Amino acid sequence: MSPLRQAMRSTVGKKVLMAITGLALTLFVIVHLAGNLQLFLKDGSKFNAYAHSLESLGGLLYVAEAGLLFFILAHAVNGILIKGSHWAARGDVRYSRYQTKGAPSRQNLSTQSMIVSGLTILGFLVVHISHFKFGPGVAEGYVTQIQGAEVRDLHRLVVETFRQPGWALGYMGVMVLLGLHLRHGFWSAFQSLGAMSPRLSPVISVIGVVLAVLLALGFLGIPAWILVDPMGVYR
Amino acid sequence: MNLTLVVWRQSGPNETGAFKTYQAKDVLPEMSFLEMLDFVNEDLIKAGDEPIQFDSDCREGICGSCGIVINGQAHGPLQGVATCQLYMRHFHDGDVISMEPWRAKAFPVVHDLVVNRSAFDRIIQSGGYTSAKTGKHAEANAILVPKEDQEAAMDNAACIGCGACVAACPNASASLFTAAKITHLAMLPQGQVERARRVKRMVERMDLEGFGNCSNIGECRAACPKEISIEAIAKMRSEYLRALGSTEAKED
Repeated sequence: MSPLRQAMRSTVGKKVLMAITGLALTLFVIVHLAGNLQLFLKDGSKFNAYAHSLESLGGLLYVAEAGLLFFILAHAVNGILIKGSHWAARGDVRYSRYQTKGAPSRQNLSTQSMIVSGLTILGFLVVHISHFKFGPGVAEGYVTQIQGAEVRDLHRLVVETFRQPGWALGYMGVMVLLGLHLRHGFWSAFQSLGAMSPRLSPVISVIGVVLAVLLALGFLGIPAWILVDPMGVYR
Repeated sequence: MNLTLVVWRQSGPNETGAFKTYQAKDVLPEMSFLEMLDFVNEDLIKAGDEPIQFDSDCREGICGSCGIVINGQAHGPLQGVATCQLYMRHFHDGDVISMEPWRAKAFPVVHDLVVNRSAFDRIIQSGGYTSAKTGKHAEANAILVPKEDQEAAMDNAACIGCGACVAACPNASASLFTAAKITHLAMLPQGQVERARRVKRMVERMDLEGFGNCSNIGECRAACPKEISIEAIAKMRSEYLRALGSTEAKED
């Protein structure tokens, strides 16, 4: 067996893979939110132009999408396998009573719900991508003009979707789980990569919390903003 | 004080265990947790019952023999102490106290609260040693070690191998134990010879024994009677990644 294959089978290697894929996905989520902040704008044409420019990337877009898909699947499959090994490791008889000793243990809702939040986000992605990426487009009448050309009116689809309380609240719920997942995941990734020192650890921990809150609030804010519509632009 | 004890009783490795309730009367606050069990066992023996079996040796927190999950917490409610150093003054009259053995597939129950921790011995055998010259010992200052390295090595060498990290970990992972041993030896000049081989072999052995993976939760640190930091686990990972590129580990 090659050293790399052997390493990937080890518990340490699996966590390194989890960390690298997790950090890559975090980076994507940051970029994704940065682009989507344009949904807060009164004028939907900016967002449509941005979406169209992404669609026009051509080959580069396919490469990026394939990469993303690989990271998502590697992260999810690896995570499920790790979780399975945990169940086996406890043995046949489980504790009748189990309680954390508190700090410095980081055991909390975030660490305990990693598999639940992860699987929910995975399921959410199927709905999210089929609805917004492969959902209704030009053929279904979601058309707008950008510099004379007819392009997909993604902005209208987003607004119509989030004007429905069921969709908006569902999205907001999943984004809370995303925040919980990142709150432990971000710090954990650095620990898994062995890049932790007494000085670095609290800094990474704080950055993790800030990142989790900002990303969750940012993503959650879009459906909330459109649903509540305080300025009356989406009506 | 009077206590109600809910104790896991299991008459052998292949027997089915169950909880049994006992009344402990006139327990003194000065007693250690293990002395309290001795006290209860005397009554059980007098009554012709089988005493509750548990591991213990030094009873001063340095041997790593004792260990009971008390009210769902490895070594009980305090931090930085083994079960033998937990005193009954931390409990109250009328308390109900549950006692379970360490629960991990790699630590099979031998009897009642006694588990077989030889999986730890096998991890040590796989790489937790250094090559040393035999004969007359070297002059103490012949090899200089920076103070910080010395201290970091000593912090990790404090591990007594009690297994509380495995017991407390939601995943029954032995990462803190294995990492403490790896870190301890990697920090010292004497440990450099087998450094890359050691981490590779010890991680391999740890995985083979059926312990879970580490989720970076740090419950192990909270349960560790020697308060060993999970920085050791980060160190184990960086040592492992470092070993990947070493010819010494490749030839292994």
